[in-house]
Amino acid sequence: MKVADMIQELRQELGPEAVKTEKEDLASYAFDATPDMPVAYPDVVVFPECSAHVEAIVAIANRYQVPVYTRGSGTNLSGGTIPLKNGIVMVMLKMNKILEIDTENLTATCEPGVIIADLNAAVGEYGLMYPPDPGSVDTATMGGSVAECSGGLRGLKYGVTKHYIMGLDVILANGKKMSCGGKTVKNVSGYDMVKLFVGAEGTLGVVTRIICKLIPTPEARKTATATFPSIDGAAKAVAGIIKSKVIPATLEIMDKVTIQTVENYLHLGLPTESEAILVIEVDGLPEVVEKEAEAVVKVCEANGGDVIIAADDKERDGLLAARRAALPALAQLSPTTVLEDATVPRNKVPEMIHAIRTIADKYGLTVGTFGHAGDGNLHPTIVTDETNTEEMSRVHKAVDAIFEAAVSMGGTLSGEHGIGIAKQKYLTQEFGEAGVEALKAVKRALDPNNMLNPGKIVTI
Amino acid sequence: MSEQTLRKELEAEIAKCMKCGNCQAVCPIYKEDMAEWSVARGKIKLARDLLTGKLEYTDRMEAIFSLCLTCQACAENCPCGVRPDKIILATRAIMVAKKGLPAIKKAAFNFLEHPGSFRWGMRMGSKLQGFGLRKVNDSGLVKPRFPIGLDMRRVVRPLAAKSLLSQVPEVTTVDKPRGRVVFFTGCMLNYIYTDAGQAVIDVLVANNIEVVTPKAQHCCGIPVIMNGDMETARKIARYNIDVLSGYECDAVITHCGTGIDAWVHHYPELLAEDAAYAEQARVLSAKAYDLSQYLVDVAGFRPPQKAVDTTVTYHDPCHMVRGVGVSAQPREIIRSIPGVVFQEMKKPDRCCGSAGSFSLTHYNLSSKIRDRKIKDILSVSPDMVLTSCGACRMQIEEGLYQAGCNAPVQHVAELLAGAYAKEKTLSGEEASRLEDMPEMAAG
Repeated sequence: MKVADMIQELRQELGPEAVKTEKEDLASYAFDATPDMPVAYPDVVVFPECSAHVEAIVAIANRYQVPVYTRGSGTNLSGGTIPLKNGIVMVMLKMNKILEIDTENLTATCEPGVIIADLNAAVGEYGLMYPPDPGSVDTATMGGSVAECSGGLRGLKYGVTKHYIMGLDVILANGKKMSCGGKTVKNVSGYDMVKLFVGAEGTLGVVTRIICKLIPTPEARKTATATFPSIDGAAKAVAGIIKSKVIPATLEIMDKVTIQTVENYLHLGLPTESEAILVIEVDGLPEVVEKEAEAVVKVCEANGGDVIIAADDKERDGLLAARRAALPALAQLSPTTVLEDATVPRNKVPEMIHAIRTIADKYGLTVGTFGHAGDGNLHPTIVTDETNTEEMSRVHKAVDAIFEAAVSMGGTLSGEHGIGIAKQKYLTQEFGEAGVEALKAVKRALDPNNMLNPGKIVTI
Repeated sequence: MSEQTLRKELEAEIAKCMKCGNCQAVCPIYKEDMAEWSVARGKIKLARDLLTGKLEYTDRMEAIFSLCLTCQACAENCPCGVRPDKIILATRAIMVAKKGLPAIKKAAFNFLEHPGSFRWGMRMGSKLQGFGLRKVNDSGLVKPRFPIGLDMRRVVRPLAAKSLLSQVPEVTTVDKPRGRVVFFTGCMLNYIYTDAGQAVIDVLVANNIEVVTPKAQHCCGIPVIMNGDMETARKIARYNIDVLSGYECDAVITHCGTGIDAWVHHYPELLAEDAAYAEQARVLSAKAYDLSQYLVDVAGFRPPQKAVDTTVTYHDPCHMVRGVGVSAQPREIIRSIPGVVFQEMKKPDRCCGSAGSFSLTHYNLSSKIRDRKIKDILSVSPDMVLTSCGACRMQIEEGLYQAGCNAPVQHVAELLAGAYAKEKTLSGEEASRLEDMPEMAAG
């Protein structure tokens, strides 16, 4: 059985327009947003438009024993969509219907190709929101977000993707469809398959329908920045804010390297001598927001912070601009940006930032650190050049050291980007041999022929 | 620019892309076909593979690189400041250098290269077009009787009976002029929307500015640049620079997104390494303005006195808003006219899908993009749609026709000229008040 025969079958099933095989088409799907990754061409790219198409594609792939790489917008940062073993890249973007917005059960049901921001715009009309907001919210799909269990800026107060996915339709590796979960808040029937598929990076099944939880849009919000002369002051403020029983929607940190880079890039008038800036947003009922904002200011000032509160939306945008510019500004410094997402318990944030500093100095690299201080999810960002092999070897050593530090502090390799190809070799550090074997056992149970996104998370 | 320099600039621009995919959020073509090769990130990857020799300049590659409106929405949204439009145009140019032009484009550009034969051809076209086109409505839109290079569903505005340049004097004088400008009409205002061309002159005259409209001026050459024929483009640029350099003037005025972009950006870039022309291209670039930009930012203009009761919306041409940063000025002019209600549509700066010859070569795709624009226009129920580009105008006229809407589309100059014309019917008292008005200030 040849690949050419398989392509013929795919054409019959989907129509010729939905099956692409020219070299230029394949090259366009040999990469994603991850730097420093192997390039691998698929044999064919397919564009299913409905669940039946997906079932047919997986069934055909199964018969020919060819891998299937499910892809949304390809904005992931773990090499998660690269077709390492060639085969089929299955692009889910044409399955992009919002099927239902249920204002009584507070759920939305959608296909996997819906863009997160589009879903939020649609539910916003009903005064509702879907809180997970990864940086790629304007481009990333719901399916990709489910597969990667995206986090984002609102994680501290509102949680991440897995806290909002209530039900899924999944095409299993054998081409059969299963449904799990639903619209009920409570559901303890059998294993929690919904949670298993969320964050599985497309290695256990292909999601074709998503039921997600919505919440009422907060009525009011208040945004502030606080500038600190020391990282420890900023860290104590983070701990202090939580201790005073305020859970901000956003609690972001930028270190000195990031502040200076952003200032050089945007000229916002940031205090380049300060060691850290916190960006804090509280939201909820107006009275509560007022009270929480007061508490935030008090704690920041007690820890040496210089606080500015936005008077209106325009000023809010100004305050958030610096944080939003962190990654692009660092990316301007050199051709390659290695963005990590090692995550530690919240109280270890200052220790982790110090550790990253030490590692950067040791390997002679420029590393800007920013991220979600409130949930311990930091983004140490190494600016480098893929074509400089000597520097890249130092980068790889620095990344090793960063992961070792995070895990030794009781943290994790990845807070929100996933393991994919990029972090596979570190997995034992976090799970141990027995743990990785358990992961492989799950993979083998659901995908015995290693058909779905093979070579990601674990290699079997 | 030599191929060597072109490649170097291309490599530097490509290196800036971090593959984040933010371009997907705004690319009008990607929104329709959702294919990675359609969006900037995918094309940049392919351009990189072409430079390193991993991929070749094939027909499929040519088809992929033809999928760009050069609307620059991706450039505007790029966190790394990449200019994908430049990467795409440079790749098209290298492709033409390697593969040559398709026969039909080659013939068309040969024709375009010679101002005399081009003018003669357009005159003949104007006389003979009735054989191939039939009228579809009272406003004069036409559609093909048989396939004459136009999609049979296509509805267009035909060539005017007489070109603007054959109707207007080379110099339109005024008493005590406040300034003197050269009017570069571009083909759309010269051959199709001649009323809009006349309105540009009328508006300038109404503001006491002398207008020179050189008879010898030629096509701006942008269609040739977009298709990668840089040699012909340079010839056209040199020709137009020669023509305009023959006149003393304060400014070069256009009222066309494409024309302004040609003078401001493309000519200086095309001729950067041409010792004889580089300096003059830069001088004229610095003097080139859209009509609204010149009136609002430089010369100042007199707000009309008599009310024009109409509700309008404005479509930002890509090369006007992102190309040269003109978007506030036309709105200021529109809002200055008493009685005019301005209704902003959603995403007024989203591409209309025309992109000049793109609408000929990719009619289906172009129409899908156009229909999103038409939906946004209709949602504000305007009496009239305004814009500053002939190509956008024709695209929107067709879209409104296909949607069953009769609202006319005009250039901003026409609304303003119409408002000034209304003043001539003012009462004696109103007219004397007008004469007492102090001189307006610039900006």
